[in-house]
Amino acid sequence: MEKLENISLTGRKKVLEKKPMNFLERIYLPSIVQGLAITFKHLFKKKATIQYPEQRREFSVNFRGIHSLKRDEEGRERCTACGLCALSCPAEAITMIADERKPGEEHLYREEKYAAVYEINMLRCIFCGFCEEACPKQAIYLDGDIAPADVDRKNFIYGKDKLLEPLLK
Amino acid sequence: MDIALLIEKVILISVVLGISLVTAMYTTLAERKIAGFLQDRYGPNRAGPFGILQPLADGVKLFTKEEIIPREANRFLFVLGPSLAMLMACVGTAVIPWGEELEIGGRTVSLQIADVNIGILYIFGVVALGVYGIMIGGWASNNKYSLLSAIRAASQNISYEISLGLSLIALLMVTGTLSLGEIVEQQRGFNWNIWYQPLGFILFLTCSFAETNRNPFDLVECETELVGGYHTEYSSMKLGFFLFAEYINIFVASAVMSTLYFGGYNFPGMDALAQAGVSQNWITLIGVGAMFVKVLLFIFFFIWVRWTVPRFRYDQLMKLGWNIMIPLAIANIVITGVVIWLTGN
Repeated sequence: MEKLENISLTGRKKVLEKKPMNFLERIYLPSIVQGLAITFKHLFKKKATIQYPEQRREFSVNFRGIHSLKRDEEGRERCTACGLCALSCPAEAITMIADERKPGEEHLYREEKYAAVYEINMLRCIFCGFCEEACPKQAIYLDGDIAPADVDRKNFIYGKDKLLEPLLK
Repeated sequence: MDIALLIEKVILISVVLGISLVTAMYTTLAERKIAGFLQDRYGPNRAGPFGILQPLADGVKLFTKEEIIPREANRFLFVLGPSLAMLMACVGTAVIPWGEELEIGGRTVSLQIADVNIGILYIFGVVALGVYGIMIGGWASNNKYSLLSAIRAASQNISYEISLGLSLIALLMVTGTLSLGEIVEQQRGFNWNIWYQPLGFILFLTCSFAETNRNPFDLVECETELVGGYHTEYSSMKLGFFLFAEYINIFVASAVMSTLYFGGYNFPGMDALAQAGVSQNWITLIGVGAMFVKVLLFIFFFIWVRWTVPRFRYDQLMKLGWNIMIPLAIANIVITGVVIWLTGN
């Protein structure tokens, strides 16, 4: 019967022999020279660096960046402050205060109800995109850039001033 | 001693000191740049074009950092440590011949600050004293990691100084003098000592790595085991002094190796130039250039090795020092002796 340690069911078993190092290995020099040759080749290799602020890597088509609140084709805010985005948000980053549209404001808001205050805490947001999926009015999309860094926590709470899509005209 | 000699020496000392400080300063940048390139990156390139202002920015940063002396530390020794490291690193350049004589207005100016007839012993002593800065700094910090590092530094330097000395003895048997000036003169043209002492050079090179506490022998500041080594407790410019001393040591070690084994300021074809009627001053200046090219190549080599070879384990370091380096160094002496005896001089 074959000995257990010699059986290789996958056929890929390699038995390594632990030999004591010979003289050339013990003085380390050949392997050091080999290593130096490898690193020297890397001096002339193409650099993997992207010089960030000047050069930017392209985002993929389904990249999720900063949110933007959309307007419809007449420039009215689409959001109706239903709160589904806030409900779907796993990080509880979204808060809003709803308000009723007054007569004469039809050119500003598409629905009868709109978000008077709409805030996303970018420190909480995990950019999962659930708000985008939950929105029945197609009012929020994560189609912006990377959230920029700041030194103050307050500045990470993005209100409508930062989120709302600018008017085209 | 006449006043002109004094002025001449003061100027020479300031120039050499300035050059070694600037070289050390830019070695820090070169280190980061080369490290970057070896790892397919660019290294620092934001401060000035290609990052050439980076050392200045680093210096300003170190100077303006908060100075912390631990409460339990020995204040006097804590300050003495980095000062000593810096001092010992700087004085090594005094005996290195940077070039032949220059003729300025009828005066012959030797481009060696002091041609001591025991130049090699002087270098040897200064290098040995360099470890005191590390030891004192490590001891005064009152931190167990610093202390461990200081002990390592001491034992490592002692073990490698023996083979350093032994490899030098073989060289001395060939040259027959201890004066660095004479050793360089003997290597005129392309008659460099490396052709006679290849094994000795490799031993000397390895020991230089150990003496300057560079990879693969940087167990003294081994970050993975000792936090920061002997400078764990240091901050601000005192830390800067320690780091800077290391780079000056590299500069001095490179200069010593170029002098002893690679002909110092000698370059092939210097006699042909003299025969072609080029004035001695020009040959001297080219020689100084040759010397600096050699030094810079050695500095590059130091950096290159650092970013290639991983750190030895402590027992491997000791085994290599005592079981391999010393026997090889002794064998080198015996071989040199036999060859000298056979060739009859």
